[in-house]
Amino acid sequence: MSVVFWKELADHFSSRRFMILLAIIVLTGVWAVYAAGQSIRQDAESAPAEYVFLLLLTSQSGGLLSLTSFLALLGPLVGIMLGFDAISGEYARGTLSRVLSQPIYRDSLINGKFLAGLATVSALWASILLLVIGLGIVLVGFPPNPEELWRMLIFTVIGIIYVGFWLALAMLFSLFLQRTVTAALASLALWLFLAIFTPLIAQIVAGMIVPDPTAPEEVVRQTDVASMIGRVSPTTLYEESVQIILNPTARVLGAALQEQTQGILLTPLALSQSLLLILPQFTTLIAIVAACFAICYIKFMRTEIRA
Amino acid sequence: MPVIETENLTKRYRDLIAVNGLSFGVEQGEIFGFLGPNGAGKTTTILMLLGLTEPSGGRVRVCGFDPSRQALEVKKRVGYLPENPGFYDDLSGRENLRYIARLNRIDEDEASRRIGALLEQVGMTKDSGRNVKEYSRGMKQRLGIAEVLVKEPQVLILDEPTLGLDPDGAARILELITGLSRERGLTVLLSSHMLHQVQQMCHRVGIIVGGKMIAAGAVDKLGSAAFEERRWNFFIECAGRSDGIESDLAALPGVQGIERRGKGYYLRCDRDVRPEVAALVVNKGMSLFQLRSEDTTLEEIYLKYFREA
Repeated sequence: MSVVFWKELADHFSSRRFMILLAIIVLTGVWAVYAAGQSIRQDAESAPAEYVFLLLLTSQSGGLLSLTSFLALLGPLVGIMLGFDAISGEYARGTLSRVLSQPIYRDSLINGKFLAGLATVSALWASILLLVIGLGIVLVGFPPNPEELWRMLIFTVIGIIYVGFWLALAMLFSLFLQRTVTAALASLALWLFLAIFTPLIAQIVAGMIVPDPTAPEEVVRQTDVASMIGRVSPTTLYEESVQIILNPTARVLGAALQEQTQGILLTPLALSQSLLLILPQFTTLIAIVAACFAICYIKFMRTEIRA
Repeated sequence: MPVIETENLTKRYRDLIAVNGLSFGVEQGEIFGFLGPNGAGKTTTILMLLGLTEPSGGRVRVCGFDPSRQALEVKKRVGYLPENPGFYDDLSGRENLRYIARLNRIDEDEASRRIGALLEQVGMTKDSGRNVKEYSRGMKQRLGIAEVLVKEPQVLILDEPTLGLDPDGAARILELITGLSRERGLTVLLSSHMLHQVQQMCHRVGIIVGGKMIAAGAVDKLGSAAFEERRWNFFIECAGRSDGIESDLAALPGVQGIERRGKGYYLRCDRDVRPEVAALVVNKGMSLFQLRSEDTTLEEIYLKYFREA
């Protein structure tokens, strides 16, 4: 498996596709963080003394998306780009039967490919994180505290799993559709649907289930229904997790009644408490990645290799 | 014990029987030609030999192993060249071979040595540093031959190894294969439509039509079995004053028919009349250029079996 892994990794890193992705992501990332940093410096009094670094990642300024939203948007593209030709490309080039007639287990090919994709994503995400920290130190003038570092690290892990889902999904399509272009288009279509249309659909459906809310309880119920439906999309899961993990003061997801928030101290949550809050999202993300890859794996093991 | 052995091998797809009760064996050091029209089940059979496809029924043994259970043992010993071998376009020919060598866990120094020697043998040393993207079809085919040999297999399974090669290239590849088979006792299973070449190099051939092996054996045996009536057919070519030679030949006892063909005559006889024919020609003061029994070509055998099936 390690042979396949290293070859695929080398392929990824030397491909033009990866260079373009890297350029896009680093440029947008740096820009977003820089803009956020500028606005934080301008109104320093409104910014809390603690967690300035986390603010760099989450705050949006000047109509620009925040870094986390950028990554929520571009992450799937990275995953799809790395995965859509994993199997279909081998079919198209006619290399699959040649490679599989070598003395390797069949699963080592697909495992190697998936792990190489994940490693590439990790390298990409880690480089963004390091860039942000470096830029942040320049902008705010002091290093992040350990809590911030931990939270950023967890944010990175969540991000990698999130992109891992899209990677597994793209590989799944590339296995089932066997044509590179079709696989890419199918993955992109699903991405658009899950990232953009699902929240809209969730709103509409929630509106139908709880029509015309007047009482505050009903408003909350409608929001809850909408966010429950929205959670079929991994993008929502990712955004919710990131929102909690990068914002220590956030303590609920979605809407809450005034009575419920009464008496809550506005102190930041401990890291473990924030983690507890996103545990369902986090485990679901891992589960869907595992499910996607498992289907891929089973299908690949049983498929007939003709070309 | 045969190196490749199948017994009642069957592969069914939903509504199609691709391979139907195929039984054959290939002995150590033998070159076996696998013939048949397109879609006859040759490739499916080959895939089952390699464990890339699961048989629906029957038994397969390659080097004594079951390809669907002990696929790794089989793949360690068998080099397979698919019909249209594909390579990683962005890597050079040498890098492609190196990847295959790594997959076979050959250590780097040994791999470089083998790859260098093989590239030389297939005449690709000059182009081995270029990306495969720039290769012609024939170059890819030659690289494919080098690739299957990297792991120093005991068995070679080649699906159309000479497709797309120029005559010289094809002849060189076939010479290489024949040589290897002779020197190292390599067993070769080869599917091809180049009947002339198959006839020259294969010890035995099997003709497969509609998933069934309809004939198998050495080419000359197959020929005499298929064309029993041709056994005493001769072709004669001679020069000189040829007045009356045709009627004289026809009058020889044993000659049943005569027919002009090109510069000579084609005789259908019921026994060996060659001594008499030679004597007749010499007596008439003519010079005898050739007198040979008419061999059946593999092409004729193939077509005959194929049309019968």
